[in-house]
Amino acid sequence: MSEFKVDKSLFQPAESIDYTEKMRPNRSAWQETVTNILKSKIAIVGLFFLIVIFFFAIFGPSMSPYSHSEQSLTNANMAPSKEHWFGTDHLGRDMWVRTWHGARVSLTIGLAAAFFDLLLGVMIGGISGYMAGRNKRGDRIDSILMRIVEILYGIPYLLVVILLMVLMEPGIVTIIIALSVTGWVGMARIIRGEVLQLKLEEYVEAAEKLGTSHGRIIWKHLIPNTFGVIIVNLTFTIPTAIFAEAFLSFIGLGVQAPHASWGTMANDALGVVLSGEWWRLFFPGLMISLTMFAFNAFGDGLQDVFDPRNRD
Amino acid sequence: MYILKRFLIMFLTIWVIASLTFVIMKFIPGDPFASDSKRLTEEVLENQRAKYHLDEPIPVQYVMYMKDLITLDLGTSIQSNTRSVNSIIKQGAPVSAVLGLQALVVALIFGLFIGIIAALYHNQFLDYASMMLAIIGISIPSFILAPFLIKFLAVDTGILPVASWGTWKHTILPTIALAASPLAVIARFMRSSMLEVLNQDYIVTADSKGISRASLVIKHGIRNAILPVVSFVGPLLASLIAGTFVIEEIFAIPGIGRYYVDSIFNRDYPVIMGTTIFFSAILVVTLFLVDISYRLIDPRIKVNSKEE
Repeated sequence: MSEFKVDKSLFQPAESIDYTEKMRPNRSAWQETVTNILKSKIAIVGLFFLIVIFFFAIFGPSMSPYSHSEQSLTNANMAPSKEHWFGTDHLGRDMWVRTWHGARVSLTIGLAAAFFDLLLGVMIGGISGYMAGRNKRGDRIDSILMRIVEILYGIPYLLVVILLMVLMEPGIVTIIIALSVTGWVGMARIIRGEVLQLKLEEYVEAAEKLGTSHGRIIWKHLIPNTFGVIIVNLTFTIPTAIFAEAFLSFIGLGVQAPHASWGTMANDALGVVLSGEWWRLFFPGLMISLTMFAFNAFGDGLQDVFDPRNRD
Repeated sequence: MYILKRFLIMFLTIWVIASLTFVIMKFIPGDPFASDSKRLTEEVLENQRAKYHLDEPIPVQYVMYMKDLITLDLGTSIQSNTRSVNSIIKQGAPVSAVLGLQALVVALIFGLFIGIIAALYHNQFLDYASMMLAIIGISIPSFILAPFLIKFLAVDTGILPVASWGTWKHTILPTIALAASPLAVIARFMRSSMLEVLNQDYIVTADSKGISRASLVIKHGIRNAILPVVSFVGPLLASLIAGTFVIEEIFAIPGIGRYYVDSIFNRDYPVIMGTTIFFSAILVVTLFLVDISYRLIDPRIKVNSKEE
């Protein structure tokens, strides 16, 4: 057996190895999110369109000398031109101004309704899913919350809308309240389903054994793990709210004239497309679809950003 | 015992929905004879109101309605004067149900397939292509999609009938129009939760043990990822079976969808109540089935603490 001799050549000085090279740079959660969004191409495309749409919603109406309600019957049904960039409608109102005025109304309704859906849906769904199957009291809480959800699903939503219109004056706020009252139940059931499955994970058990409060477990451990589903549902809730407003306009309960929303404009134009006035459906329809596309693309990107497994 | 209790609660839920709807409905001003009030004399109107017991105090009307409801008698439509609400539902519901189920099956098959493909080819061409398709599906509202479908596939080319109801060919366009948006939503839900599942340790374990790609996806992937889709499909199923106003209106389908909206505008009280009770009965049953299927899909899930 040959003799093994320890000698200096087997070693190298510690300072010549850079241990720090494998570590990630120190960044705050906010920086992390921003850099990740910038890395996701689809999110950038979505964000770009969103910025463009919001820009014109804010500044679009003031770029043209016309107003959203000013009628001019001599200029009715004009095709897009230098004077009227998006043409005019049957009362000679400028479509450019009306489209961007409608953007304010539709986006306000969509975002506000989605916000309330999110708030109520995540809270109720989280509590319900977490409490179900825990003990007798938990079952009762889950059962009561889910029956409320079923009842709200069951009552005809139009009746609720009409009732609110009677109690309050018709307008954007009433529409937002009506959509929120009935809208959150879908989100609540989806979050509940997710939480029912997620709460079986070891980390929840560990947190429980360490004495973490129920509220903290729901808020810090369960809800963040449902972000993927929440974002998908949210990108679906915003269009649903915009379409619901369009449907209410369709049956005469939506935004009242002379105000416009994309929904009312599209509905006004459904009949005249065959007679050749394509621009009256095209521009509001295009804006609805572009907005949906932008929210969805941005949501898809965001979903990857919030997923910790995608970090390098 | 649990099932029995759930059934009892289901009846209670329907009763609460019916009662609240009754109260809201009576709270809204208006009268089923508003459009007739100009051509009929006050006396005739009084007689008409008395015929439908609208002259009684509201609590009395409520008790009378509930008594009839116990015998499953939903009353007579005021608008049509002679047709019973039961016969309206019996005639319209099967049509709506066939269309709704067809749309749901189409949405589920294609939605799940597209979502799974997108997740498996994450960040590759197929992922982008299918998500693009899904986003377009969500972005176009059905009441804008339907006229275009009619124009291109029926009026211009004549491949399919324009509207109305009869052979299975009549069902194709409305099915597409109804299925497009849920299809896209299902695809997105499935992609999102499938991506989450495919990153789990048990998938890596199963993969490294040499399990085939197909059974990895089907047995380990789909089963764990399908829960959000199930939650979404429950209420969707109920509203599709119960009929949709816009699509039935556009395609002139003799389903039950238009009664939900028309009855409210006409203050046709028996029809409002009948369609609401019909819809909520389907709803509570589907939501119950969803709760049961949670356990079938993931046996670890406990919805009730006494189940073990």
